[in-house]
Amino acid sequence: MSKAGARERIFASIRSSLDAPSADAQRTALVDARIAGRARHPTPERALLGQAELRAEFAGYLTRGFASVINVSTRDELPEAIADYLRQHNRPGRVRMGADPRLAALPWSRAAGLERLTGRAEPDDEVSLSYAVAAAAETGTLVLASGPDNPVTLNYLPETHMVVVDADTLVGPYEAAFDIVRARMGVGVMPRTLNFISGPSRTSDIGGKTVMGAHGPRHLAIFIVG
Amino acid sequence: MKPTSHDFKDNARVALGDAQLQRALSGLPGGLVAQRTAAKAALPEFEALRTVGRDVKNHMLANLDLYLERYEAKATANGAIVHWAETASDAREIIAKICRDVDAKLITKGKSMVSEEIGLNTHLEGEGFRVVETDLGEYLVQIRNEPPSHIIVPALHLTPSQVEHEFRVKHTHLPVDRLLPDPASMVAEARGVMRENYIKADVGITGANFLIAETGSSVIVTNEGNGDLTQSLAKVHIVITSIEKVMATLEDVATVLRLLARSATGQDISNYVTFSTGPKRPEDPDGPEAYHVVILDNGRAELLGTEFRDVLRCIRCGACMNHCPVYNAVGGHAYGWVYPGPIGAVLTPAQLGVKEAGNLPNASTFCGACEAVCPVKIPLPGLMRKWRNREFDEGHQGFVAKRALALWAAIATRPRLYHLAMRFAAVGLGALGGTKRSFSWLPMAGGWTKHRQLPAPEGRTFQQLWAEQQKGVARDI
Repeated sequence: MSKAGARERIFASIRSSLDAPSADAQRTALVDARIAGRARHPTPERALLGQAELRAEFAGYLTRGFASVINVSTRDELPEAIADYLRQHNRPGRVRMGADPRLAALPWSRAAGLERLTGRAEPDDEVSLSYAVAAAAETGTLVLASGPDNPVTLNYLPETHMVVVDADTLVGPYEAAFDIVRARMGVGVMPRTLNFISGPSRTSDIGGKTVMGAHGPRHLAIFIVG
Repeated sequence: MKPTSHDFKDNARVALGDAQLQRALSGLPGGLVAQRTAAKAALPEFEALRTVGRDVKNHMLANLDLYLERYEAKATANGAIVHWAETASDAREIIAKICRDVDAKLITKGKSMVSEEIGLNTHLEGEGFRVVETDLGEYLVQIRNEPPSHIIVPALHLTPSQVEHEFRVKHTHLPVDRLLPDPASMVAEARGVMRENYIKADVGITGANFLIAETGSSVIVTNEGNGDLTQSLAKVHIVITSIEKVMATLEDVATVLRLLARSATGQDISNYVTFSTGPKRPEDPDGPEAYHVVILDNGRAELLGTEFRDVLRCIRCGACMNHCPVYNAVGGHAYGWVYPGPIGAVLTPAQLGVKEAGNLPNASTFCGACEAVCPVKIPLPGLMRKWRNREFDEGHQGFVAKRALALWAAIATRPRLYHLAMRFAAVGLGALGGTKRSFSWLPMAGGWTKHRQLPAPEGRTFQQLWAEQQKGVARDI
């Protein structure tokens, strides 16, 4: 608990420093308008390209950042593409995923031998699968929303994280990705965590050398649908 | 930590003579500088964004009370418990109480400079909790029982062979004859050690790069994913942050994010940026059951009303220290407090007083590199100059400095005397310069001439040359 009066004293100190009375209608209106207006600041040119260029930019970023990018034309192709990826990279065919209905509805029978588990990640899970809510091409960034459909632990605990993203949710700037989240959840509403992921986990903390797989996934695979 | 900023000169001397430290410093900052330059070159709008970043942060500071109120209301509505701490000790006590209340044994912790500022680990350990830093660099400095030496690369002062040594001493449960030939094998070892901690932890503590008024969220930025494992696997998530971190909207954060990683590591974005809002929802299968946000003042509200307000724009990227010739020479520990480099030279006197930290704003060549790279355009040399003035006004300088300044002032405020003295010095030194026209030693300038030659004056003073030029006399250079 805060000490009695701590909050009031901090605010009084800020207002005294700003020489601002607590009920200043003009400042209040300005601040509320800024929050409600959600005005964008200048956006980098390269985040405003056409869809084809954005897609190339997105994939380029991720592959340069040591992630794998796999294109499929429809969701129905996902089970085979996922099984192929796991086989080619010699990873176990046992995949943990959340309750996302789009993943549940996939024709999994096409990927014989692939074991599926649902729920949050457990410490011995080696492979996980999530569905991104959006992706921002400007830096090859996946945007994931936590919840029962896509539990947050899937993003960090397993060694291999696979993420599906629909091509029509691939946008240029971060701001456009936020707008997709707002359209889905409501303005000012957020999931417990909204996760920007732009590559496999890494660190440069020992001798300045970049090493993959610090604490989170060593491998990140992105499946673009459409 | 106990500040040693007053010992900066001695600290710096030791650092310059520390071969191991000099080896560690020689490679890293150069890499960060080159990476930032490349990232900046790849984003033509970067310079324009710095101006926007400055303006965004200025707007937040000018309306800090209102944004904090709106953040608090929104965060609370989403189930966060917001705590206000006026001082470091208040913040430590708030966090210790949360941990006691859930009967915590093990606490994992992501990287947070505010937690260093309040000396959180020492306090929690004193209360009987086990605290484990999860960021690899922070873990390294924790097991060595020393503070971080850089705000984003905490173990920048260590070489890989030192890390190997520390791991062999610390991880005694692993085979003695295991091989640790390179950073990759050490990272793998740390990963294995840390996994268990994430899973067993009762409380996970992180910092916050931003708080967002629009959504009531806190934001962390990492590359390792340690912060996410820390805050997602423990039963309780505590965020420790400070009042100046609040932003209005996601759009404001998007803009500053474009500046942050490019300035810090030269990445276009850090690997993981996580927006956290409240505890886990009833339908969520994972995430913490409770979410506390501790917001620290520790002198910032007062600083807001001073000539040092601009320093509160800082987004803690570390670019100023990466580009600082003084930091590059002596490393972070010499500064003797949590925030090293140019940002520390401005913040530390504000936090510890100019008597303790007066050396730091003086430890600058005023080359201006820090201001030139700052993503939110903090006029760092100008602010250091203001601290120098305060130090002078309060009379904290040493005896020799005071006498020398008094003598200088006495001469410099008497133009005739000054010109005469300068002419005498120019002619005299010029004559003494000998055939080499330079000095390899001069009284009271031994520190300077130890490393380079001082050119001898050419015989005339600047004032003489200027007067001649005004009269149209050709210069014989």
